[in-house]
Amino acid sequence: MEHNVAELKDPLVVSVSPHFRGKDTIQRVMLDVVLALVPAVAVGVYFFGGRTLWIILISIATAVATEAILQKLTRKPITVLDFSAVITGILLALNLPPAAPYWLPVIGSVVAIAIAKSVFGGLGKNKFNPALIGRAVLLLAYPIAMTKGWLKPLWWQGQGFFTSTVADFQGAAFDAISSATPLVKEGTPDPFTLTDLIIGKVGGCIGETSAVCILIGGLYLLLRKRIYWQMPVSFIGSFALMMALFGGTRHLGVVQEICAGGLMLGAWFMATDMVTSPMTGTGQFTGGVLCGLLTFLIRLKGGYPEGVSYSILIMNAARPLIDLWAQPRRFGVRFHARRS
Amino acid sequence: MCYKIMIFVRNTTIRTPPEQGDAFADQEKCRAASMKLRSFRGGIHPREHKRLTENKPVETCPCPNRVVIPLQQHTGSPAQPLVKVGDKVRTGQKIGDLTGFISAAHHASISGEVTYIGRAPHPLTRNAVAVEITSDGKDDWTPLHSISQENLAALSGEDIRDIVAQSGIVGLGGAAFPTHVKLSPPAGKKPELYILNGAECEPCLTCDDRLMRERAKDIIAGLRLLMRAVGVNRGIVAVESNKPEAIAALKEKVAREPGISLEVVKVKYPQGAEKQLINALTGREVPPGGLPMDVGVAINSVGTAVAVADAVIRGKPLVERVITVTGSAIADPKNLLVRIGTALGYVIEQCGGFKEPPAKIIVGGPMMGVAQYSLDAPVIKGTSGIIAFTQDDVADETYYPCIRCGRCVTVCPMRLSPSKLGILAENSRFVEAKQANLMDCMECGSCVYVCPANRPMVQWVKFAKNELRKIAEQESRKKKESA
Repeated sequence: MEHNVAELKDPLVVSVSPHFRGKDTIQRVMLDVVLALVPAVAVGVYFFGGRTLWIILISIATAVATEAILQKLTRKPITVLDFSAVITGILLALNLPPAAPYWLPVIGSVVAIAIAKSVFGGLGKNKFNPALIGRAVLLLAYPIAMTKGWLKPLWWQGQGFFTSTVADFQGAAFDAISSATPLVKEGTPDPFTLTDLIIGKVGGCIGETSAVCILIGGLYLLLRKRIYWQMPVSFIGSFALMMALFGGTRHLGVVQEICAGGLMLGAWFMATDMVTSPMTGTGQFTGGVLCGLLTFLIRLKGGYPEGVSYSILIMNAARPLIDLWAQPRRFGVRFHARRS
Repeated sequence: MCYKIMIFVRNTTIRTPPEQGDAFADQEKCRAASMKLRSFRGGIHPREHKRLTENKPVETCPCPNRVVIPLQQHTGSPAQPLVKVGDKVRTGQKIGDLTGFISAAHHASISGEVTYIGRAPHPLTRNAVAVEITSDGKDDWTPLHSISQENLAALSGEDIRDIVAQSGIVGLGGAAFPTHVKLSPPAGKKPELYILNGAECEPCLTCDDRLMRERAKDIIAGLRLLMRAVGVNRGIVAVESNKPEAIAALKEKVAREPGISLEVVKVKYPQGAEKQLINALTGREVPPGGLPMDVGVAINSVGTAVAVADAVIRGKPLVERVITVTGSAIADPKNLLVRIGTALGYVIEQCGGFKEPPAKIIVGGPMMGVAQYSLDAPVIKGTSGIIAFTQDDVADETYYPCIRCGRCVTVCPMRLSPSKLGILAENSRFVEAKQANLMDCMECGSCVYVCPANRPMVQWVKFAKNELRKIAEQESRKKKESA
């Protein structure tokens, strides 16, 4: 058979359709999340001083290094450039008190990456949010460091931005700049206004105080279609509803409850984590309601002042069941076919 | 059984090259304008790349010296050859006869001598039995029938169906399902609506767009004949809103036709998939494994309507079709009227050949087309385009584990969970994949297009379907042996 066109020099590439592909990559998805976290990080560093910047950087560096070393040791392709470990590092650091000692993020990141992620098989295979596992382990192992290290916003004014003389939780110097989070159960928190709460000028973890910055990041993710709207809406919505109905004995109002503590950060950045949250809109909504109810229960009745991280971890555990339940309706079948 | 040896050593796709001119901005405008138009749930917006050929009128490709006409160009049983080596044939002469109800006839597309019958390259199945005809250069036609124009009005539905069956018309959208079968609904399933599909949602392709602009009259005439054949008095021509000129051309014709309307649908891939188009226009959903008839709808592409008009009104069997020849490696992209059986290489030569060495050549659209390994394969009835890409566009990519982002679930027009199907098939859990509705997948590729982890889910689904077929064959063989 003769060729009509001049002989092809190189063999043609043959592959199965589809031949077109969009521009999305894992790296781009993860980079979007990192970008969305920038406002929260910036405000946290501004209010709580230069040492929090070191905490965040140490956390990121440890997370990335741990992943790289483990991938090297297990002879897997090195994928640390996909930014997923960076996100874990940032999220973990944002969940630490601003006066946390510098070794705390190191331990947290190693636990998060090694135990919660790599052991399961790396990105996409982990069952629980790595940053939250890291935080949960730290909270159980180092309860003092994790619950006493609150600082007054802008404490560094007059001392210098990069002052790092706050590592001791007992000293008088520390007492002068320490603060309590709005959610403390015993005693009274430092006075604050609603505006303080919204812009983040209250005591709390590095990255969870500023509701408005988290919201900006969350909206960016929504705009880029990286998260479903169902998760934050149902999480915050169900929590607010329960608080409004049954939270009467609390000293905070509903809006204050939403803005205080880790609820905003959890609802926008941790419950929405692609790998560990349900895959469909319906599933996300269900998971969000579950998170909201659990957070409400833990805050109102539980032993911890804060319940967001545990409620998200419980939702992660229930995720496979939610996914089974919330499958999309099959095309051409009027109702969900009963599972055989 | 060692399923673990995966057939996908690498995952090669084409990066969507940048659109030329400001077509991308136009596309955004179209999309904004089409926000309120009817559509289905899911789907994607790939870059269209239609700019290269959409304003080029259809040119007639000169008859080649040699055509290779496969006897299997359609869904169903292959045709049976009616000629032998050495026979003289005329253009339009039937050379392959139907071998059952779901089968199609094939005709000589040039006049000359039959020089070979046997295995020859095929664009979809590597090779298949084909009839080779060497031209005598005369292009001497023989008409399909000699019904005068006056008697056309007297044709019954039955007659039209016979002419369609004898002229070898199959769906020209790509699946190549014999049209006469669609015109013979089983008892109790009477369609009440005939849809002509002019969505042309595949990127790059513009052949249907050109047909609608240039042959709107024949499209409406073909639709009338199809409607008469099944006894339907409501017809819809559906066009995506990114083809304003085609819409204008059809609107003018449709205005004078009672019972026929023009529907503009949203620009979205796969809007032209028949189940999705029916859903968009009527709200009905064809049940899994079902046919459009099950929801009272008959549907064909606009190209098929033109072929029906040609066959019934002009006595011309289906021996030529319009294809789009485009892509970054083609010197002069065109829409060409090509004889069935013309080698791909000859068609590309008519478009000025390659301006750069091609790296990947696709027959069909870039989302569902088939990559070719040689240029010897012929254009067949289901071929809607030839697309050649250069090395710069072809990306050799690795894939990563699923990050469960759920984009594929959101875009799947069949509302499956492609990620799950992909993981099950990747791990050779074919039976479980079948339970997860694997067979519903129409392989449109939307999930692969959006996947950030670059997972070849459709490729796995195809693999799984193939393996399931093998398992079923083995089981039936075992049953036969034990019986």
